[in-house]
Amino acid sequence: MFFFSVPLGKLVRRITRLRGGGSAFPGLVVEKIDPGFMARTLTTLPHGVAVVSGTNGKTTTTKMVVELLESQGLRVFTNRTGSNFTRGVAAALLGEVDRRGRLHADIAVLELDEAHAVHFVNRVPPRYSLLLNVLRDQLDRFGEIDKTAELLQHVASKTTGTVVLNREDPRVARIASALPQPGSGGPKVRYFGLDDSLLSTFPNDDDMRAGPGSPVPVVQERAHADVVLRRVGVDDADFEYDGAVVTTRMKLRGVYNIFNAAAALTLARCIAGQGSGPTDPESLLSALSNVAPAFGRGESLIVDGLPLDLVLVKNPSGFRLGLKSFPAGGYATMIAINDNYADGRDMSWLWDVEFDSLRNGGVDQLSGSRAYDMALRLQYDEVPVSEVNTDITSALAAFIRDAKGRPKRIFCTYTAMLAIRRELSKITTVEVVS
Amino acid sequence: MTQEASENKGTIRVVQLYPRDMNIYGDWGNALVLKRRLAWHGYTPELLEYNVGDDFPDDADLIVGGGGQDSGQLVIQADLLKRGSTLQELAEDGTPMLLICGMYQLFGRFFETRKGSVIPGIGVLDVETHGTDERLIGNVKVESEEFGEILGYENHSGQTTLGPAVRALGTTAKGTGNNSSDGQEGARYKNIVASYLHGSLLPKNPAIADFLIRTAVERKYGSFTAGAPDDRFAVLAREHAGRRPR
Repeated sequence: MFFFSVPLGKLVRRITRLRGGGSAFPGLVVEKIDPGFMARTLTTLPHGVAVVSGTNGKTTTTKMVVELLESQGLRVFTNRTGSNFTRGVAAALLGEVDRRGRLHADIAVLELDEAHAVHFVNRVPPRYSLLLNVLRDQLDRFGEIDKTAELLQHVASKTTGTVVLNREDPRVARIASALPQPGSGGPKVRYFGLDDSLLSTFPNDDDMRAGPGSPVPVVQERAHADVVLRRVGVDDADFEYDGAVVTTRMKLRGVYNIFNAAAALTLARCIAGQGSGPTDPESLLSALSNVAPAFGRGESLIVDGLPLDLVLVKNPSGFRLGLKSFPAGGYATMIAINDNYADGRDMSWLWDVEFDSLRNGGVDQLSGSRAYDMALRLQYDEVPVSEVNTDITSALAAFIRDAKGRPKRIFCTYTAMLAIRRELSKITTVEVVS
Repeated sequence: MTQEASENKGTIRVVQLYPRDMNIYGDWGNALVLKRRLAWHGYTPELLEYNVGDDFPDDADLIVGGGGQDSGQLVIQADLLKRGSTLQELAEDGTPMLLICGMYQLFGRFFETRKGSVIPGIGVLDVETHGTDERLIGNVKVESEEFGEILGYENHSGQTTLGPAVRALGTTAKGTGNNSSDGQEGARYKNIVASYLHGSLLPKNPAIADFLIRTAVERKYGSFTAGAPDDRFAVLAREHAGRRPR
């Protein structure tokens, strides 16, 4: 079986692509006929595997880590199709290995959601893991956020080299205390962090429950962080990197993306520091300044000569940060909320976001299968709504027509974003993600 | 779209129980709906928080309590038992209360975990809950004689059985509700509405919100005169939610 699995898997992959099918199916085939394929292939990599997990920011952070490592001359394998589960990794591997099953890469950097990360690390213990945050999201799938934190704890415990943790998220930071010391077989622990002045911008899950005006979190004694985000400007940011403050320009937008840049820098610094040459902060920062947003993550398209921003919102913290990072002033606003499985079926999360910032300008268009849940939510925050239309295609067309001459912004859940990108690709250039 | 009444017909004091530790699944939505609808009916809402260790507010007219994670429930448990007799008196006296998920369970007689340890509740409601391995998750539709069709979303592994002193909030037409055997959802006792439903519950079920408000106002001021909240979005949100799969 061993010898046939790779060519056979590749054939299935070609056929599936011809039929325009799902990106993970060939992975399923190869997993069935050759269950050892993934582990065997990945364990040959000289720098091993790095897993990126957490509630928010996995895709953008993974993209940053990949580009940072490439700037250091490493060949990086990643699951950039967004199939962030084991089968998706196997499918992505099939596309990259040669016919003899060899992967020509120095390291694999993989984005995995919390539950799939557990399955993955049980089969392939990673050398590095980067754990971003634990926030309420998809509770209908994982049950409780404390359970989600346990999943990340498991990922950390299977990590053989270094675990990089978010110092500012208590559920993530406390993972360190449950790990064995490096002397007795546990991984090393490094942190990324935030300046005190920015802490209130990133409420952790315990801080974000109450309504408007929740208190600024209490700053307690915190561990040393290798990279600390000190300041976010319009198109630049200050990081404290190994004790020195450096300013770098940023193409990424949104404070949460830029905090994730601190995460990516911390991991890239660890990995590059393991190589023969010294880590070169300047080349890492210069690579960072060139990273463009991942699709739908604060991506800006051009429609009728004006920007149209797509902001993916999946959970309350992401929606709050999205509203904060992309101020409404001057923009026409559309919100599209679907409740398919990938979006989360429970609408409760909309009630943990406050929409006061949209009150002055109002919202031009609401759409998605739960457009009326969103309308009701906005009514209770006294935000005026111009139009509600559950059909995304016609709602988008009306939004673009009625908001002519104004820059536009669309906040959308995952499957709504896919539908919107499909429609937009008919009228503007949208990066095709295969 | 919405209308603030200009007259002030009186103040209603709404106490949120343990919002710091019991707040999962958009429980803020229920408090916000009470706050806005009180104003739309012409009353002045006063929202207060009660957290572990606080003095219990005097003159609570309406009480709301939400769901929590297991860790949150552990944090509040001792404090809640201390407040048990106060809450019992308020309940027996007819204070309207909305208790969702975790708080519903803790207002019952006990919660027995899967491993057999028994967490005492405050016994205001004649219900008992048993932890299970099965998590009941999904959209729910409940038929209630009192409130009509109730729509929400459940996500719990505790299964609750009602004793003779309480009646069910309704029977499930979609989803599971209290437990996987008897087809009932929630509990009604005096002016308490207890339910497993998130969503949040009150926004899409304004009949329940207005019952709590009317009861609070009548107890305090003798009579209630309704305003005219605009419920067009609520009606449409209910229609669309009702058609969604489990």
